[in-house]
Amino acid sequence: MNLRALIRLRALVYAVLLILLAIAPLLTDLAGKPFMLDVLSRTLVLAIAVVSLNLILGFGGMVSLGHAAYLGIGAYSVGIASYYDLYQGWLHIAIALTSSGLFALVTGAISLRTRGVYFIMITMAFSQMAYFALVSLEAYGADDGLVIYGRSEFPGWLSMQDSRGLYYWILGILLAALLFNWRLLNARFGRVLFGAMHNDARMQALGFSTYRYRLAAYVISAMMCSLAGVLFGNFNGFISPDIMTWTRSAELIFMLIVGGVGSIFGPLAGTLVFVLLEEWLSTLWTYWHLPFGLLLIALVLAGKGGIDDWLKRLERVRRRNG
Amino acid sequence: MADPLLQLQALNKHYGGIPATDNLSLDIESGEVHAIIGPNGAGKTTLIAQIAGSLAPDSGRVVFAGEDITQLDVAQRARAGLARSFQITSLILPMTLLENMMLAVQARSGHSFRFWKPVSREQGMRESAMHYLQQVGLADRAGLLASAISHGEQRQLEVGMALAMQPRMLLLDEPMAGMGKQESARMVELLAALKQDKTLLLVEHDMDAVFFLADRLSVLVGGRLIATGSIDEVRQNPEVQRAYLGESHA
Repeated sequence: MNLRALIRLRALVYAVLLILLAIAPLLTDLAGKPFMLDVLSRTLVLAIAVVSLNLILGFGGMVSLGHAAYLGIGAYSVGIASYYDLYQGWLHIAIALTSSGLFALVTGAISLRTRGVYFIMITMAFSQMAYFALVSLEAYGADDGLVIYGRSEFPGWLSMQDSRGLYYWILGILLAALLFNWRLLNARFGRVLFGAMHNDARMQALGFSTYRYRLAAYVISAMMCSLAGVLFGNFNGFISPDIMTWTRSAELIFMLIVGGVGSIFGPLAGTLVFVLLEEWLSTLWTYWHLPFGLLLIALVLAGKGGIDDWLKRLERVRRRNG
Repeated sequence: MADPLLQLQALNKHYGGIPATDNLSLDIESGEVHAIIGPNGAGKTTLIAQIAGSLAPDSGRVVFAGEDITQLDVAQRARAGLARSFQITSLILPMTLLENMMLAVQARSGHSFRFWKPVSREQGMRESAMHYLQQVGLADRAGLLASAISHGEQRQLEVGMALAMQPRMLLLDEPMAGMGKQESARMVELLAALKQDKTLLLVEHDMDAVFFLADRLSVLVGGRLIATGSIDEVRQNPEVQRAYLGESHA
């Protein structure tokens, strides 16, 4: 057996990717393209949202078409607090976690009584309710949105005032979310979710009240996504209800499918490919949506397991040849 | 005499105008192996579903270990000590045998709101799961996916998982369904070994197995129990002979 076959391709790809992300601010400076860091920041914010969606969709089979609502709740937690001149960062995070958690607890408790298409529709309905609530709230800008004049304030080296500080905040939370998902999947809780996704009747017959575990997962996922929202608000400096339209939720699902539903790093890979492809194509052609759509269809048709699964298959081919 | 472990009291379940369970009362004593037989469409599976909690009766009560469990759902009944195996194999197919078994062990070892420690490092759970795999003769298959083993082995795993829940009573819905002769024989052997210290309620078509295993027998026809008693008593019951045994012996 030679050394090449021993190195796991997939692990290698992800390790290189993480190293690149860790030194990205350096690279974009060196390349003299600081705006590239902005593109990357925005992408990684979305990646956090996709990672959180993976927790319910990938590990628990709950296809939510309303996940962007939590992105919105997180962003508005920053926006509304700043509107009242409250800029303390920890306060923003606390508001985001509490409000998203509560919203998820109430809407999840109702949505999770349904399955399949009904669940998709009811989660979408709840997120549209949140959307229209914000559209009609004149105090907070209604559909014109709300300008956030200052970023969340954190002391010392935690500061996110400059774009580099914010980037590392985003990367830090993304890594924490990935680590959390990985641990959760293999812990008792994750086993129950996984089992209930594949055979709910069996899990209940074993004595698991699967509804409660699903609801807990739904709430955790919502809170994780709200952190992405907090970061989005800070990054964008402006928020409007558009952030939580159902098409955004659909995009999150698409990114997850491209990356690999149920895998740990797939959501990150999927989001990167999705957004960077979008960026690149849109510079090439005015009518870039058409090739973009075709490419996405090809990506999905090429492999059900997404990018993560391709890497796994490549690995197997290499091992056979090595 | 001690109270029966399971009491079914005047259970009724109707589908439209058709009674699937018709004013059915039955006591299962602790420690007995009780078999329920009956022709197709007699309402056996409907009855099992009402005992397990996946179907609510129209009226009547299910009393288990002295507690009225009629209002409890499937999971609550399972935690109360009522384990079931399914007529159609029901496993977590993308998991290995060991992982399936560990779920059953996990179900009875505290809550599962644990997010950090990998189950693979919960040594006690692992050992316990291996013990039950051994008991149903699948220890050497522990690392295989549940989808990769034979039908007979899947059924053995199901029984093992029910056992791993350490229930007070096992509900077995046609454990021999779809099995070959050899597989059936192995299952009968397995169930016979359980007889020592478990209460079993068995729904089964295989008469040889039923006569071999059961202490008592109930015959269900059209949702109604037409006889309950020892094997000999039931065999000699004229109504049973007419309705059921006679027919299959003809």
